[in-house]
Amino acid sequence: MKPAQFAYHAPTRLEELLQLLADGAGEARVLAGGQSLVPMMNFRLATPETLVDLRRVQALRELSVRAADGALLVGAGVTQARLLREPAVQAGFPLLAAGVAHVGHPQIRSRGTVCGSLAHSDPTAELPALALAHDARMTIARAPRRREFPPGSTNRTQPWNSQSERRELAADDFLVSYYETAVEPGELLEQVAFPPLPDGAGWSFRELARRHGDFALAGAIAVVAPGRHARLVLFGVGDRARRIASVEELLLRAPAADAVPGDAAALLEQIRTQVPALVAAAVNPSGDVHASADYRRELAGTLAVTAIAEALERAR
Amino acid sequence: MAREPLVGRSVPRVEDERLLRGNGRYVDDIAPAGCLEAAFLRSPHAHARIKAIDVSLARLMPGVHAIFTGADLHGQVEPMVFQIAKIVPPPVRESTGAWSRVHPMAALPTERATWVGQPLAVVIADDRYRAEDALELIELELEPLPAVVDPLDALAPGAPLLEPEWESNLALHYRFSNGDVDAVFDSAAVVVEEQFRSHRHIASPIETRGVVAQPDPYDGRLLVWSSTQTPHQLRDFLAGALRRSPETLHVRAPDVGGGFGPKGAIYPEELVISYVASALNTPVKWIEDRSEHFLATTHGREQVHTIALAADADGRFLALRDQITHNCGAFNILGLVVPYNSLTHLVGMYAIPAVDVEMRAVVTNTGVTAPYRGAGRPEAVFAMERIVDRVARRLGIDPGELRERNAIPPSALPYETGMIYRDGTRQVYDSGDYPELLRQARRLVSDEDWEARAGAGREVGIGYAAYVEGTGVGPFESASAQVIAGARVRVAVGSASQGQGHRTTLGQIAADALGVPLEAIEVVGGDTNAIATGFGTLASRSLVVGGNAVAKACAELRAQVVEAAAGLGFEVGADDPLPLGPMAALTPFNPGRPAGAPAVLRAQAEYYPGPVTYAAGVHAAVVAVDPRTGEVEILRYAIAHDCGRAVNPQIADGQVIGGTMQGIGGALFEELVYDDEGQLRTASFMDYLLPTASEMPEFRTAHVDVVSPLNPLGVKGLGEGGAIGPMAALANAVEGALAGHGVVVRSCPLTPDRVRALVRATEPPVPTAQETT
Repeated sequence: MKPAQFAYHAPTRLEELLQLLADGAGEARVLAGGQSLVPMMNFRLATPETLVDLRRVQALRELSVRAADGALLVGAGVTQARLLREPAVQAGFPLLAAGVAHVGHPQIRSRGTVCGSLAHSDPTAELPALALAHDARMTIARAPRRREFPPGSTNRTQPWNSQSERRELAADDFLVSYYETAVEPGELLEQVAFPPLPDGAGWSFRELARRHGDFALAGAIAVVAPGRHARLVLFGVGDRARRIASVEELLLRAPAADAVPGDAAALLEQIRTQVPALVAAAVNPSGDVHASADYRRELAGTLAVTAIAEALERAR
Repeated sequence: MAREPLVGRSVPRVEDERLLRGNGRYVDDIAPAGCLEAAFLRSPHAHARIKAIDVSLARLMPGVHAIFTGADLHGQVEPMVFQIAKIVPPPVRESTGAWSRVHPMAALPTERATWVGQPLAVVIADDRYRAEDALELIELELEPLPAVVDPLDALAPGAPLLEPEWESNLALHYRFSNGDVDAVFDSAAVVVEEQFRSHRHIASPIETRGVVAQPDPYDGRLLVWSSTQTPHQLRDFLAGALRRSPETLHVRAPDVGGGFGPKGAIYPEELVISYVASALNTPVKWIEDRSEHFLATTHGREQVHTIALAADADGRFLALRDQITHNCGAFNILGLVVPYNSLTHLVGMYAIPAVDVEMRAVVTNTGVTAPYRGAGRPEAVFAMERIVDRVARRLGIDPGELRERNAIPPSALPYETGMIYRDGTRQVYDSGDYPELLRQARRLVSDEDWEARAGAGREVGIGYAAYVEGTGVGPFESASAQVIAGARVRVAVGSASQGQGHRTTLGQIAADALGVPLEAIEVVGGDTNAIATGFGTLASRSLVVGGNAVAKACAELRAQVVEAAAGLGFEVGADDPLPLGPMAALTPFNPGRPAGAPAVLRAQAEYYPGPVTYAAGVHAAVVAVDPRTGEVEILRYAIAHDCGRAVNPQIADGQVIGGTMQGIGGALFEELVYDDEGQLRTASFMDYLLPTASEMPEFRTAHVDVVSPLNPLGVKGLGEGGAIGPMAALANAVEGALAGHGVVVRSCPLTPDRVRALVRATEPPVPTAQETT
């Protein structure tokens, strides 16, 4: 259980880090908290030639609320523990705070980063699902493409401060599949922006794990402002966390809770009777030693109903 | 003694400060200069013929010093023969017709590999990293053979044979029969029969195994550091396998980070590393990593019980029948130890007139099994206490009440069961109060409105598990005590600690026997040079056997010191504290030393116990089960326990609760899963889940301690007891909670999926487009 040989870099400047990734030609991996990558290396399931450690890059430690739209900006170097300690998160992003508290244990969260978990794209992890529920946007950076030097050229120095390239993706486009995101070799997930939930929306985070802090057997996140806004995200029941469009449509058709007395109860009944089957049809879980696929499919429906009911409760 | 005895007081553990400051010294902390490191190549197949192992490329890697395969060891080391596996005491044979056979295990096999993880070759390199790099370059040519994994399959005609010399995979058999069981079953008011499976799990000490072997060019001795529970047994085993005199071997177990049974076995890696260090004449270290541990350290607990209990209409038990199939794994290394414990602990604290138990222990292409905290008892208690609950449910009698009706009353003790214990003596429950244990356990869970605490949507169940435990098995343990400089006494024991707190508890016993303060005592162990003989720390025996050896040696030393004190002009009365300070005058370099006075004050004692003494306990688990998700929450876990005289009540509670927590792990989380090809699917802590601090439930304990009449200290063993009850108690609780659904719990762990599947099987099928909750 020892890693194969690798080169290690810990640059202090973002441009240098991006250049090292670019130079790695796909054999370089970013090391953030190392909570997934390092065990995989110890099992020799991952054998990167180069590790580029981002923890010394000050520019990646940004954690702030953007004045323009109130979005929470989380740099690649921000640990999950720091996110939870941030008063702005506790006050303004209660769903995020509730969900991240389920990531591992304090020891893991004190090293594990928000962006690292997103970039790892474990289908049972909480953060990709939270990103979907929040309509988060990811910023991906890379070093400027290397110029082709003519043969015989003597000046091969690449200036560090040339403009890095950036692109922005919605969470749904960022997440691809099992352990796969839109981040290409040589790229870095530099920052994620979590917009606040719409005014008046209720939320709920529900997961069932075999032990406290484990990856979930299945999880459900609901964000509902009746008639206006609906997100139902399920995780642990497919190749990646996904929104369940059929259920969201159902919720969007629902009347606002205060519209007509009795409507709320009718809505809940409708959710209880219809959501499990809609969820079962939409998810594609696989079985492992912890739980069968059938169990996860059924559990996803059960958790979805509970989460929606709780979100509606909070929306009032 | 005039002063308050230390035995019976919760004095703080003397070992904790050193350990908590990070000053523990474990095998991996032993780093002799020039030490090389080893990594083992392990079989990727459960059963395969070894065609070729080509190490030529790997040997060329920089930093690689040597590679050994089975062919290299052939003729150099003896095959591992597990003599203990052949021991069947004549009274056991007469009582049960027991027999046991074992085939020799090559330290590194040359012909066949018989389980995934079996070591096939070892790389010795500058460090573990390079050694693991080299492993990837070894070309292993194996021809896969059919494998057998399930113990029942192993007995089927035509099953692949582990040992071609044998006609079947049966390694051990016995049958105990008492009374006319068939007649009772035919006429009983109630007969319930079920099949229960105790699933395979692993002890998972926080420290894995490890060996450092260090040849001494000065005197030709070999110093072997090993994370073992039994250094003296390891020394004698290595002497035989390496064809050396035991005196040329020095085995030390430094701090050991948990044993729980698996480190009481002897392993191929211990032999290989010792041989390699001698052959290369250089220190060699091997530290088992967790992946290896899952594959190559002994497993436990796998048994299938087809059990039937007959009772009259009032619930009085009349007859018990059980056919047990036990999975030894690839080798039957310990013979009767675990399978026979299952017989002698099956009936437990109940009086049952007629009993018929048959055991078939089989070898399979899986990891070797050996004692794990409880060693055959949790398996038997799971089957027995489950069938008791089935009877209770059939009769509509409260399970606690049914147990009280059948418990052997104190007035019937000493109680002879009619069985012969594993040591060849008649099985006699010497002391205890079983009805009181049951009452106390029931009391501990009767003071709260559990339904209210569980909340809506969850079902509540209370489950019991009652057991007795034979503790303090022989043959002997040794201790020595010597006055050393600084008015102190060094006590050396053959049974060292793996975390149990022997320095404290044995120190308390020594201090009382000597009449000195605890601070004057230093307890050492785990070292074949500190004391020449010893048996080891296992089987809930150290306090009973080792503790009484310490008391005996210290009483003898006190007599010596009193006499020497008299020679120095001090009169010491029987109840007086012992003056150690004046003993400094006895140094040979003191000009004023009285003529003829002893230069050494030292006593050595062996304690040979008689029959085992019986600890007992009743567990009561309260659970809340969500039938929609299968989630199980333990609302409270209560334990009523009898450990005889408690030397240190706090340490005793720690042992009982720690053992229970380990048992809860097996009941709810832990399971070693092999697929049909014999691949271990749970070979990391990602897949094999241990309970953590977060999973600790609310505990309550009550002591119903009845002093043992069988040994001078009046103590009983308590290391294993806690682990015996949880599988049965929690299975009973969950089944009780889901009684309205009519489920039967036949195996653990009780994962959400498994519990939900039990409930779902009782529900009408749900059309996919309809409601599912």
